[in-house]
Amino acid sequence: MVENRPLGNLLSHVVLIFGVALVVFPIYVAIIASPHPPGTFLRGVMPLLPGPNALENYRTAWTEGRSRAGTPPISLMLTNSLIMALAITIGKLAISIISAFAIVYFRFPFRIFFFWIIFLTLMLPVEVRIVPTFQVVADLGMLNSYAGLSIPLIASATATFLVRQFFMTVPEELMEAARVDGAGPMKFFRDILLPLSITNIAALFVIMFIYGWNQYLWPLLITTDPEYYTIVMGIQRMVTGGDSEPLWHLVMATVVMAALPPVLVILFMQRLFVKGLTETEK
Amino acid sequence: MAAIVMDNLHKVYAGGVRAVSDIMLDIADGEFVVLVGPSGCGKSTLLRMVAGLETITEGRLTIGDRVVNALEPAERDIAMVFQNYALYPHMSVFNNLAYGLRNRGVLKPEIERRVREAAAMLEIGAFLDRKPRQLSGGQRQRVAMGRALVREPAVFLFDEPLSNLDAKLRVQMRVEIKQLQRRLGTTSLYVTHDQLEAMTMADRLVVLNGGRIEQVGTPMDVYSRPATTFVAGFIGSPAMNMLPASLLRANGNADALSGLPGNADLVGLRPEDIGLDAVAPGGVRLQARLDLLEPAGAETHLHVRLIDGKTRMTVRLSHVPGLTEGADLVLHAPAAALHPFEAESGHRLL
Ligand SMILES: Nc1ncnc2c1ncn2[C@@H]1O[C@H](COP(=O)(O)OP(=O)(O)OP(=O)(O)O)[C@@H](O)[C@H]1O
Ligand SMILES: [Mg+2]
Repeated sequence: MVENRPLGNLLSHVVLIFGVALVVFPIYVAIIASPHPPGTFLRGVMPLLPGPNALENYRTAWTEGRSRAGTPPISLMLTNSLIMALAITIGKLAISIISAFAIVYFRFPFRIFFFWIIFLTLMLPVEVRIVPTFQVVADLGMLNSYAGLSIPLIASATATFLVRQFFMTVPEELMEAARVDGAGPMKFFRDILLPLSITNIAALFVIMFIYGWNQYLWPLLITTDPEYYTIVMGIQRMVTGGDSEPLWHLVMATVVMAALPPVLVILFMQRLFVKGLTETEK
Repeated sequence: MAAIVMDNLHKVYAGGVRAVSDIMLDIADGEFVVLVGPSGCGKSTLLRMVAGLETITEGRLTIGDRVVNALEPAERDIAMVFQNYALYPHMSVFNNLAYGLRNRGVLKPEIERRVREAAAMLEIGAFLDRKPRQLSGGQRQRVAMGRALVREPAVFLFDEPLSNLDAKLRVQMRVEIKQLQRRLGTTSLYVTHDQLEAMTMADRLVVLNGGRIEQVGTPMDVYSRPATTFVAGFIGSPAMNMLPASLLRANGNADALSGLPGNADLVGLRPEDIGLDAVAPGGVRLQARLDLLEPAGAETHLHVRLIDGKTRMTVRLSHVPGLTEGADLVLHAPAAALHPFEAESGHRLL
């Protein structure tokens, strides 16, 4: 900023800090609460400093979960979530890249029609079509399976649309140069289009992974077997399941661990962003 | 090495735009032919039809001894240099040059040899490991040339390859491309809208207008005997002066026009054919007022208005004897310098 007004500066910082605090505080509470012994929470007062039972609480959550309420150990739920999120992410990316390639680079009959059909599905997120989708998945015998968890969520067009938008910005001359250079469509796709898209694909990967990881309603609906519980719905089961008070220290430990993988994905992919940004250009 | 024969080529785009019509053109093996014309006249379209990047709506295109209408660009044995270079941004210069060869299954040592050779020829050997983004515009242009060169194709196609360079570099590359083409003897088709570039580089010039060929000939042919008023106005800078014959007659030049056909109602005069000194009898003599002096270094352009007060002309002089704007002049031109046209058809007579 060129302007330097102390008052405005102060005001905007207060607002910003307030905003950050609003977002950070719950996370802070979760982290602080997770290492406390069970008794702390019965008093009804939220501690603001960490407790002494970190190792023990996390070990319990990791290996046992809350068995009495029927939730499996965290390790299993994390694995399930990871499988689901990766299946959704990779599935979505694979389909969207291929279909965007077809729509942008091939002239086939009803091309625009197909584009609009794909585009229309954007308006039908899982929550809207959840009843018929449940029926289909149930009829196909995919309740309580990884396929049931991921396949219905793969079918959506957001990624297709975004990849298409990116492909449209790749100069047409590159494709023409490749044609003159004797590269067929698939070779062009592999040698030129994909390498140029890496950054965008990485960004989509992050978005899709978090989308998959945070799925709540759908897993809740189609899994009754704890073997297939995912972590996000598992937290809910931990809070409401059983008839005693929720074991808040275990819930909080679970919450912290549930939030970790998306953070790791972002950190890891961020390196790829930067690499992509500095090494490629359109 | 190959000749190109365009037999009555037409192109109609999907939307019904007639971009190119009735193109009959034979390009000899090793010839450097330049397509020139104003923006939107179909130069790029015609070049891309030869490249195989646009389908041919009608007509027959032969490269070497094959009709190539239905062949993919890669099968036509051509190489193309694009206006914005179209280098692969994620590949090193070496890989940019090598990519086409790899796709053709050329063996590694041979690729290495050809890339090094082309790089040496174009003086880009020092940049082989760089990415295109790390090169200047001129260097990128060389890489784009190199990519065409390594392929050792039968035909080079250029679509305004120099238009993104600054004026000085453009002149330098113009000379280099021409020399390279002479040395390799590869048939070349070159598109430009810059008539100076067209004149200096071409063995033969093809002037296009509205998707049709206006004139084909050596640059000097086209310059000294423009076939239509369009060519006369397009080739040469400043453009040829066009005067109604009636105006000349009314101003006492009936004698000078007596040698021209009767239906020559429009007469062209190149700015450099006009002078201030009297010429042999029978020449054109015009009274005019000097509106503007435009010094351009080695020469000076005089913008004048004839005594009718309306008709404007340009005169090009290498030596200006102390003239001031607003002065009255008497202009002279030899009768032989007159270009007779028929106004209605725009065709040259004689
Ligand atoms: N893909 C297309 N679809 C429809 N019309 C097109 C297409 N490409 C070009 N045209 C039209 O065809 C005509 C010739 O275009 P072309 O690009 O060949 O011109 P050009 O001579 O290369 O012009 P410039 O000097 O500006 O590059 C123009 O009228 C243009 O609008
Ligand atoms: Mg063009």
